Order: sequence, then structure tokens, then C-alpha cells
Amino acid sequence: MEQKKLLEARGLTVEFPLAGHKKVHAVSDVSLDVMEHEVLALVGESGCGKSTLGKTMIRLQEPTAGEICFRGTPITGLSPKAFRDYRRQMQIVFQDPYASLNPRMTVRGIVAEPLETYHVCESKEATTERVVELLEAVGLTADHLYRYAHQFSGGQRQRVGIARAIALNPAFIVCDEPVSALDVSVQNQILNLLKDLQGRFGLTYLFISHDLSVVRFIANRVCVMFLGKLCEIGDTETVYSKPLHPYTRFLLDAIPKADPHQRRKERLLLAGELPSPVNPPAGCRFHTRCPYATEKCRTVEPQLQEVEGRKVACHIYGE
Amino acid sequence: MEKTTLNVEHLCASFFTDHGEIRAVNDVSFQVPKRSIIGIVGESGCGKSMTARSIMRLIKYPGKIVSGSISLVGKELTALSETEMSNVRGEEISLIFQEPMTSLNPVMKVGKQVREVVLLHRRVTKKEAKAEVLRMFEKVGISEPEKRYECYPHELSGGLRQRVMIAMAMICRPKLLIADEPTTALDVTVEAQILELMKNLRDEIGTSIILISHNLGVVAELCDYVHVMYAGRIVEQAETFELFDHPRHPYTVGLMNARASLEQQQTVLDTIPGTVPNLAALPEGCSFAPRCAQCGGRCHECVPELTEVLPGHFVRCHLAQQGV
Ligand SMILES: Nc1ncnc2c1ncn2[C@@H]1O[C@H](COP(=O)(O)OP(=O)(O)OP(=O)(O)O)[C@@H](O)[C@H]1O
Ligand SMILES: Nc1ncnc2c1ncn2[C@@H]1O[C@H](COP(=O)(O)OP(=O)(O)OP(=O)(O)O)[C@@H](O)[C@H]1O
Ligand code: SF4
Ligand SMILES: [Mg+2]
Ligand SMILES: [Mg+2]
Repeated sequence: MEQKKLLEARGLTVEFPLAGHKKVHAVSDVSLDVMEHEVLALVGESGCGKSTLGKTMIRLQEPTAGEICFRGTPITGLSPKAFRDYRRQMQIVFQDPYASLNPRMTVRGIVAEPLETYHVCESKEATTERVVELLEAVGLTADHLYRYAHQFSGGQRQRVGIARAIALNPAFIVCDEPVSALDVSVQNQILNLLKDLQGRFGLTYLFISHDLSVVRFIANRVCVMFLGKLCEIGDTETVYSKPLHPYTRFLLDAIPKADPHQRRKERLLLAGELPSPVNPPAGCRFHTRCPYATEKCRTVEPQLQEVEGRKVACHIYGE
Repeated sequence: MEKTTLNVEHLCASFFTDHGEIRAVNDVSFQVPKRSIIGIVGESGCGKSMTARSIMRLIKYPGKIVSGSISLVGKELTALSETEMSNVRGEEISLIFQEPMTSLNPVMKVGKQVREVVLLHRRVTKKEAKAEVLRMFEKVGISEPEKRYECYPHELSGGLRQRVMIAMAMICRPKLLIADEPTTALDVTVEAQILELMKNLRDEIGTSIILISHNLGVVAELCDYVHVMYAGRIVEQAETFELFDHPRHPYTVGLMNARASLEQQQTVLDTIPGTVPNLAALPEGCSFAPRCAQCGGRCHECVPELTEVLPGHFVRCHLAQQGV
């Protein structure tokens, strides 16, 4: 199957300055391709840089170094004016449906905003018509048009956020933990919706999540991050059925199963604490917690390399 | 010897607001057997935290315990004076709050905060208290305890702050620990460590634990008994294996199917249609009726009783009570 690259990130680095010449190394030298029509998941511990990477991919955050290409065109250096046509191609759905919608706007106002900014529709009536179309695509109705976000439940607000994100027929949507704040019974409704929309409109998602079951359901490929670096990337089934990076193994083993018969007597437990992104460890950033760490791991940084059908950055799989 | 650490009977707690009475805890009864871990699951707003706060007698205005009995190894907590109750808190029952940041003092070193708890309940010198804190820090897996002792809360990661909270809750070896979503803000690797830690503390110190969670996986992993709450009421309670093997209430079944369809990677996930009802405007009859696929005529008319359908297995559903 031929697959075209939609987005390419090359050597992305994002640092946040702190007082006293220190800085947070949120994302460090990450290169990543996102293929047309795929769902690529990004997983990893809290604070490892997932949201920062996601935002940087669509230029909501400027990188300290590195380049991003959209369908082959570099977009990192574009002026706001030149970037305008790319902006509409790239949207984001945020984690917190309570904070991400303006409480003083009606649903019509929220969803129509991008349509009006880009003068998509001829008239006010046409805009409203398009908004209704979008609301119906996400399982809401015209009855909801003139209600305010605060009158909605979390799941309904997330639907509104999704309607706005797809309003301009984007090619690419960053879904930053879109179901993490939702109740279990509602989470599945939104996941079904996102999957359905992806198929229907040929969307490409970068899907950020810390729930590995959710990732397995929605993603074709998965990318595991640890402290600003990629450690493993490959097809979801390949990675889940045989994780190779030690961190990926801990991550998958830690998922509690909703079945008391599957309680494990012996669990793989990760020792130690997440190192600080202000002073990331030298060599492999995972070495302070890795049970297999050797001298080499403490000094030499492992590079991503092809192993058993996916890419892994770990010295265990060295020559 | 007492076999039960905690016995809660017909507990009702409400908020009295301009929009009327919001019954957050509605006729809740359950027991915590000695050395057991019991789970309370349910969706956001169903009254889990309010149940925990009622037991601690920490409900803030305009909330109030309306009726019911809470007995800790034979001692009726609802009858205690505020002074007596403050001696019970921290010493006999501890609560780990849902948001660790809000329950730690941001301008006080964490070591000192835990030491204060020791000094409050024990006749020991400051030096002895500090030594005890350091031992507890080590026990809960805080590396470099001496160094952490001197840290302020914001200098610690979420996982470490949660460990400090557990150390603080366990330092007086309470009879009962209530952990309100202790791992919800943490990622799975840290969550696994914290759950293991709680299990070890139960085994070593013999503390009974109430674990509040909305994650069925966490509950299946750790608990001996599970209580499922919906809109302020317990709708099902059973021993963990029984509950997961034979869920009877349509809501419990819905939750389990939703989770299972995700774990089994179905192409379309099972859902429970609709959303949780507003507690200020509960439907008449069964609160789950508007979302229930099995709902029949009686469901909209009267609230089903919590009934024992099998020894130790209680369900609040008209249908399950008919044995269907
Ligand atoms: N604007 C900012 N200024 C300073 N530091 C920041 C900023 N944004 C993020 N960081 C830091 O960068 C690191 C990565 O943050 P990021 O939000 O990308 O993590 P994440 O993987 O999305 O975490 P979570 O799972 O908690 O959402 C963290 O250490 C965070 O504290
Ligand atoms: N100060 C308050 N005034 C009015 N109602 C309140 C107040 N605090 C809580 N409530 C209501 O009481 C109900 C129970 O709240 P509680 O915090 O116990 O829920 P919970 O099950 O712990 O939910 P979560 O999973 O979100 O923590 C909720 O519906 C909430 O809206
Ligand atoms: S009663 Fe209906 S709605 Fe309620 S619990 Fe039983 S079947 Fe349900
Ligand atoms: Mg994030
Ligand atoms: Mg709560």
C-alpha cells in the first residue's frame, strides 16, 4: 500500500527558558512522519512532552530548532499571512471540554467562528446551515444551536469542540487527550464518533492519550515518548503484541485489567522517579530507571533503528 | 473481636442550595470488614467523595449529613463532638484527597507537614517525630527521604506528592484509610506503584482501605468488595469476583461492557446512551431508568430497593429482583 507523508517533523526541539539560564527540555530532537489518513497515537508519562510536540506540529508552539513540512512544503518559517492557508488544514481538540470553549458564546457562535474567519459561506443563513450540518455530524442537532457551552455535559461539549475542529475540512487534527476528562460511559461515545469521522472525511489524527486501551482501539501506529524523546514507534499491533523498548514494556504491563481473574502476582514495577526535564540524564534518558542499563546506556544516546518491523531507540538491540 | 472496621447505615447527605436540596449521598449502607480493601466506583458526581467526606465529618456548608449512622469499630462517629472527631481524624481514620495539591500546604516543607501529624497525635519529641517521618517516607518508596523532607510541595512530581500524602495518612497507623481517586491524576506506571504500595500497607499494618475510583481496572486489581454508585445511591454491591463475573444491575453491566469492548478492541465500542442525571432534578423511580435498555413500567414509578439476590450480592433494580 502506497502511503504519502502528510506531515514531516525533522529534528524538532522545544525548550522553555527558566530563571537562571536553566531550561525545560520538553521535546528534544524528535523526527516523525505522519502519514495521510492514519491515526498516529502519542503515549508516555505525564510531562514527557506529548502536548508540546502535538502543538508544535501544527505551529501553535514555535520550535526552538527543527523543521516541519506539510505535504512536502516547509511551514516552520512561514509568515502568519502565508501560513493562513495551512492553519485551516490543521486543527486541535483539547483535553478539557470545560476550559476549551468560551462560556459566553452560543454553540452556533463557537462552531461558526472558523467558518467566518475564512469566509467559507456566502451568507449568514448558509453559515447556520453549515453549522447544523456539522452539529449533526457529531451527534447534536439544530436544537442545540443557541445554547451556551455551560449548559452542556462534558461529552456534549467535546462534541462541540470536535464540530469546530472539522468545520474547515482540515486534513490533520491533533486530538490532545480528547476523552481523558470524560466519564467511562460517555468516553466510548466520543471514541466511536472520532473513529467514524476519521473514516468518513479521510482525516489524519495525531492522537495523544495516556490510556493504552484507547490507543489500541483508535490508532494504526503508536509512538512512545519518554522525557522529550521517542523510544519506540511502529504499527499498534506490532508494538502491543511484542513491545521491545523496556519503557514500552513497563507501560503496557502497568495497565490494570478490568477483570479480577487477571490480577498479576508478579507485576513489572518501574523503579525510581521520572527524571527532571530540566536536567535530563545523559546517554539514554531512561537509564536511571531501566533494569537493563549498562555503562554504554549512561553515556551514549541510543538512536532509533529498525528492529522487528518497528523502530526502537535502545542499546539492547545494538549490533 | 470486632470483624468490621466500619459500618455505614442509611447515610444521607445533602447540599442545601437556592435550587433546592441536592441529595449527594442517598441511603448508602455498606461495611468495611477488617483488613479488607473495598472499592466504590461510579461516574463523576455520583457522590463518592461526599460519602468519604461524610465518614470523616468534613462536609462543608451548605452540605450536611441528614441522617444515618457511621460506626467505627463500635464507636458512633455521628454522635461525637467536633473535638472528639478531630482526634479520630488522622489517628483512626485518614483520608487521601482527590487533589493532593489542595491538601498540602504550599508554603510548608512536606517533611514538616507530616511531622506535624505525628506531633498532634503522639507524645514524642520533634526529633523522634522526624525519624518516624523519614522511616515512613522510605516505606512508601520516597527515594532520598532526607532530601525530600526539605522540599516544598511544588518541587515534587505528582507521583511523589501522592506518596507524601500516603505517608501522612499512614503515619499514625489508622484503622481505616480512605483513598479518594489516589491515582487518577497519575500515569499507569506510577499508578501501578501506588496500588502495590497500598496493598503492602494493608498487609503490613493491617489497615482497612476504602478505595474510591471510576476506573474498573483499578478496582478489579485491588479490591475485595465493590460498591457501585449511581446518582447518590448504591445500585449494586458484591464481592469483587462475583461482581465482575455476574454483574446484575443494567448500569454495572453497561460499565463493564463499555470497558470490555475497549479491552477486546471491538470495531464499534459499547456505550451507555445518554448522560448522568442532574441530582437536583432526579427522575422519579429508578435514577437509571432514562438510560436503561431493560427499563419497564415500574422503573419509572418507584425506586427499587437494594435487595440481596444471592448471598452477599445486592442489587437495586426491579428487573434483577424478579430474577430475570
Ligand atoms: N509554557 C511552558 N513553560 C514552561 N514549561 C512548560 C511549558 N509548557 C510545558 N512545559 C513543560 O514541558 C514539559 C512537557 O510538557 P507537556 O505539557 O508537553 O507534557 P505532556 O506529555 O503533554 O504531559 P501531560 O500528560 O501531563 O499532559 C513539562 O515538564 C512541562 O512542565
Ligand atoms: N458545594 C456544593 N454545592 C452543591 N452541590 C455540590 C457541592 N459539592 C458537590 N456537590 C454535588 O454533589 C454531588 C456529589 O459530589 P461528589 O464530589 O461526591 O462526586 P464524586 O462521585 O466524588 O465525583 P468525581 O468523580 O467527579 O470526584 C455532585 O453531583 C456535585 O455536583
Ligand atoms: S430498573 Fe430498569 S431502569 Fe432501573 S434498574 Fe432496573 S431495569 Fe433499570
Ligand atoms: Mg498534555
Ligand atoms: Mg470525587
